[in-house]
Amino acid sequence: MSILGKLSLDAIPFHEPILIVTFSVIAIGALALAFLLIKYNLLGILWRDWLTSIDHKRLGVMYIVLALIMLLRGFSDAIMMRLQLALATNGDPGYLPPHHYDQVFTAHGVIMIIFMAMPFMIGLMNIVVPLQIGARDVAFPFLNNLSFWLTAGGAILINISLFVGEFAKTGWVAYPPLAGLEFSPDVGVDYYIWALQISGIGTTLTAVNFLATVFKMRAPGMKLMDMPIFTWTCTWANILIAASFPILTAVLAMLTLDRYLDFHFFTNDGGGNSMMYINLFWAWGHPEVYILVLPAFGIFSEVVSTFTGKRLFGYKSMVWATASISILGFIVWLHHFFTMGSSANVNAFFGVMTMIIAVPTGVKLFNWLFTMYRGRLRVTVPVLWTLGFMVTFTIGGMTGVLLAVPGADYVLHNSLFLIAHFHNTIIGGAVFGYLAGFVFWFPKVMGFHLNVKLGKAAFWCWLVGFFMAFMPLYVLGFLGMTRRLNHTDNPDWNIWLYIALVGAFIIMAGIICQLLQLYVSFRDRKQNLDTTGDPWNGHTLEWSTASPPQYYNFANIPTVSDIDAFTDMKEKGEAYVRHEKYEAIHMPKNTASGMLISGCITLMGFALIWHIWWLAALGLFGGFVFLVLRAYTKDVDYYVQPDEVARIENAHLDNVAKG
Amino acid sequence: MSTTHMNTHDAHDEHHDHDPAPHNVFGFWLYLMTDCLLFASVFATYAVLFMNTAGGVSGKDIFELDFVLVETAALLLSSITYGFAMICAHKKDKKGTLSWLSVTFLLGAVFIGMEVYEFHHLIVNGNGPQTSAFLSAFFALVGTHGLHVTAGLIWMAILMIELIVSGFGSRTVTRLSCLSLFWHFLDVVWICVFTVVYLMGAI
Amino acid sequence: MLTRILSKVALALMVGLLAGCQGGVLDPKGQVGIEEKQLIIVATLLMLVVVIPVIFMTLYFAWKYREGRDEIYEPKWSHSTKIETVVWAIPVIIVIILGVITWKSTHALDPYKPLKSDKDHINVQVVSMNWKWLFIYPDLGIASVNELRFPENVPVAFQISSEGTMNSFFIPQLGSQIYSMAGMVTKLHLIANEPGTFDGYSANYSGPGFTNMKFKAIATETQADFDAWVAGVKAESIAGSTNNGILDQASYDKLAEYDLHAPVHEATPVQYYGSIKPGIFNDNVMKFMKDHGKVELLKGTTFDSNMIQGNSNHGEMNHGEMNHGEMEMNHESSENSSHEMHMEADK
Repeated sequence: MSILGKLSLDAIPFHEPILIVTFSVIAIGALALAFLLIKYNLLGILWRDWLTSIDHKRLGVMYIVLALIMLLRGFSDAIMMRLQLALATNGDPGYLPPHHYDQVFTAHGVIMIIFMAMPFMIGLMNIVVPLQIGARDVAFPFLNNLSFWLTAGGAILINISLFVGEFAKTGWVAYPPLAGLEFSPDVGVDYYIWALQISGIGTTLTAVNFLATVFKMRAPGMKLMDMPIFTWTCTWANILIAASFPILTAVLAMLTLDRYLDFHFFTNDGGGNSMMYINLFWAWGHPEVYILVLPAFGIFSEVVSTFTGKRLFGYKSMVWATASISILGFIVWLHHFFTMGSSANVNAFFGVMTMIIAVPTGVKLFNWLFTMYRGRLRVTVPVLWTLGFMVTFTIGGMTGVLLAVPGADYVLHNSLFLIAHFHNTIIGGAVFGYLAGFVFWFPKVMGFHLNVKLGKAAFWCWLVGFFMAFMPLYVLGFLGMTRRLNHTDNPDWNIWLYIALVGAFIIMAGIICQLLQLYVSFRDRKQNLDTTGDPWNGHTLEWSTASPPQYYNFANIPTVSDIDAFTDMKEKGEAYVRHEKYEAIHMPKNTASGMLISGCITLMGFALIWHIWWLAALGLFGGFVFLVLRAYTKDVDYYVQPDEVARIENAHLDNVAKG
Repeated sequence: MSTTHMNTHDAHDEHHDHDPAPHNVFGFWLYLMTDCLLFASVFATYAVLFMNTAGGVSGKDIFELDFVLVETAALLLSSITYGFAMICAHKKDKKGTLSWLSVTFLLGAVFIGMEVYEFHHLIVNGNGPQTSAFLSAFFALVGTHGLHVTAGLIWMAILMIELIVSGFGSRTVTRLSCLSLFWHFLDVVWICVFTVVYLMGAI
Repeated sequence: MLTRILSKVALALMVGLLAGCQGGVLDPKGQVGIEEKQLIIVATLLMLVVVIPVIFMTLYFAWKYREGRDEIYEPKWSHSTKIETVVWAIPVIIVIILGVITWKSTHALDPYKPLKSDKDHINVQVVSMNWKWLFIYPDLGIASVNELRFPENVPVAFQISSEGTMNSFFIPQLGSQIYSMAGMVTKLHLIANEPGTFDGYSANYSGPGFTNMKFKAIATETQADFDAWVAGVKAESIAGSTNNGILDQASYDKLAEYDLHAPVHEATPVQYYGSIKPGIFNDNVMKFMKDHGKVELLKGTTFDSNMIQGNSNHGEMNHGEMNHGEMEMNHESSENSSHEMHMEADK
């Protein structure tokens, strides 16, 4: 064993032209970016105000930037897969051999769920939740920064696997024994393990942080049942994270022990039990989908009630529906493997429990409908996403309930019907929600609006593309096509595979529209400024701040007496009150500690993947040292002086008065 | 998000009265809940695998209850001595706190030392974690607890150094309280380990 | 509006498919598959009772209450006990009906339940290997690779296990699938109501050669056709086929060989074994669990494998269907309900 463990030049895939081209493009892009940063002298700003920032709003933006980059990566994987399946028909091998194709679909799943959807959701939560509850930041701002960098560390690892070694070829669930050493002796599964493990710990810390925030830092007067609905859905999502991610941590640790130290948790021999992995994995995996979708439900609620200019219909129903979805989400995991041979009683129990989740979900849909009822709906881009969601998700929910019937699942399990179903709920539910939230809160965060025309074009491309890409998959599922096939040999399937490819290209057009939209909106930002801080006539406290919000959020912590706190203040004439005198505001200072700790831990992950033991030890020790140093740094906070606060507040109020 | 932080002052130059870490203990509680679920997962795995001995030894063959009882006593006692340390800490009694922490540390070290001995003994006798799923689960469960205790010891050592070097700072008691929660939590977990693994295994 | 058109098109397509398509789960040729297709249709129609109105109301409300129309506007209206009762009640009623259907159908379609038929069932032991299927006919003393043959209208009782990774044994046109797992035996009962050749797959991804892990399931028109095939395999006289002689541990191990880094690019060709070593299936299930013959349970009861028998009619099955699951069945583990799959002894 050399000093670099298993790592050698052979690990670089020089023989894969697709990867070499990809690497070149990324390298050129990175160089161009670095050049621009230096040319416009932005490196200092990037470091001081962003990378080391512990401001929840900036961390939120960084989470979303990470999510968008990962969306591009994950979507490239998707296009590659659709292209392969459209080409590899009638016995043709296509252009991706199993060795490569199997990595692509594994990476697609992991990236889209763990490194696209999760950061997008956590990013929006970071930006909005403290503002909605009238707090100046989260309970532990430094920890928030560390969480972000741990997530980023995981994302970096998974992307390194593209160019150094390989990624897992196991599917995103990494079931043993396939993911065990016997059938996956290469480093792919190790990349999977450490990328998920490191980012997962970051996510757990985020949940702890936000739970402490909403339970301890709500503005005076805001009872739990006065919290804005998005905050409520995030809170339930965080409870789910806190309760389910430790299970993932444990099960990944056991798989690690199996692979590194020859333990026998999930091996075929030595008395191992791979069913245990599958149970534990889904005990995390099922709550995980609710973690993704509940905050999206919250966003739709905010969007519908804001743009109809109405209170949300059935607020209490919504909160309880969210609660029951969260709790039920924990006792349905077995529906992911009805075909494992459990008894009819067990399967029927889990099937019925799963169906019961349709009840609170249905209630939510009805409540959005009745929020629109007798409202004045402004059909903006966020509303389009919401309407698209309501139609799409209803279909996805229906197919989900169908899959929850064990008798139907016996023939639809692991087929493309299942693929169509979960894309229908995750894209049509979670992603549409995040994109709605992105447009909705964009002016709040950046201070200018997104271009509407391109926004609408993006929406229609996504919607049409979605239906074209995934409705054929339902059909293919009925035709008996199973998932993760590398090539097919059934002429009846071809036409549907072609339609799905066209659909994927239409979604790509939607993503291009969104990139253009960002560019055009930034270029024309001066004409589209949001000077009031309240561009949509919002209901909740985030709209009472300037756009972008003051870095301390609130000069005076507001007192809340209604669910729609800001609407209430506007009606009582209490919004935009000019104060004579301001107090000094206690704020935390930015720090590079989070980056350093996470950098060391990521290095440790990389070293463990390649069995470079000394480097792993060094990484762990480095992380520990930086953590202790951070704990004993005295220079961690400062005060914003009253005259500074007065200057910022008056400037904002002047802007509001000008309209 | 104005980037101009004009006219700001470092907080430690000021003399405002504020609790530097108002939510730390609550946040730490929440963290412990997640840790609790981690242990629950490992316990569940042990419960499923403990009879899968693959033709090798079972708990009855390898557990030495007397030995583990001493180990357990050391850890339980250390919880009590930590309690005394906290009483001293609330009185800002530096010497008392340090003495009780030292006793606690010593008892914790005895516990870890005995555990390491037990593991070593098992491995050299051919009963290492590679032998069977039962032993894998046993080493993982007891080892996870052991790693937690070790982390607690390191943390305790750092806090003792902090006390020696700079006495009671504004956050010292909060930190000691968090470690106290952690320590008692590990005690509770150990009682479960002792009952489920050793007592039920040895019967 | 495009949305509505699209979803209508999609629905129309699905309905069209329900009516007449070739192959796949909506073109079942066996009793199990037929019942599952009916279940899918009934459940879908039942859900459409809510789904269609919701989609319609979404678009209608959005259009009717859009800005600029002079409809009633009640910005503070946010609660109505009547509506809330109704919106909770409708899904509850649908789910209760569906729940009853689910409970009944799950028991009716339990893959472990033998099918009712006036004819005796055929026993087939299925082993998934990297990346092929081995079918052992214990009562007939033959075995085949990637070809499964049985007469129409005769129920087939499958015992399924794996030699390595987990797969799922699936013949879409006949109905249910079940996982194959090493060291464990799962069960499935299927029947073909008409003769034909049906595609069979692994429905669970199992590594680089997974795509080629397909086989043909052939339901012969008569018992005589089947008997002739069996005789042909035994006599190693089937034209153009590979006959490997006896399936004993050595030839079993040879068949199970695979190369992770150079998987075959085509399905393994059909092969036959004219004779088998008795109990070869059980031996290879048991090899993963050396100790499990004798285990002491918590309650102090000593079990050994002879106390737990398979439901097979044949004496050779009486040893060794034991596996992990049984060991744990007295144990209070909330996590692993799948153990019950091996509790056929209790049924």
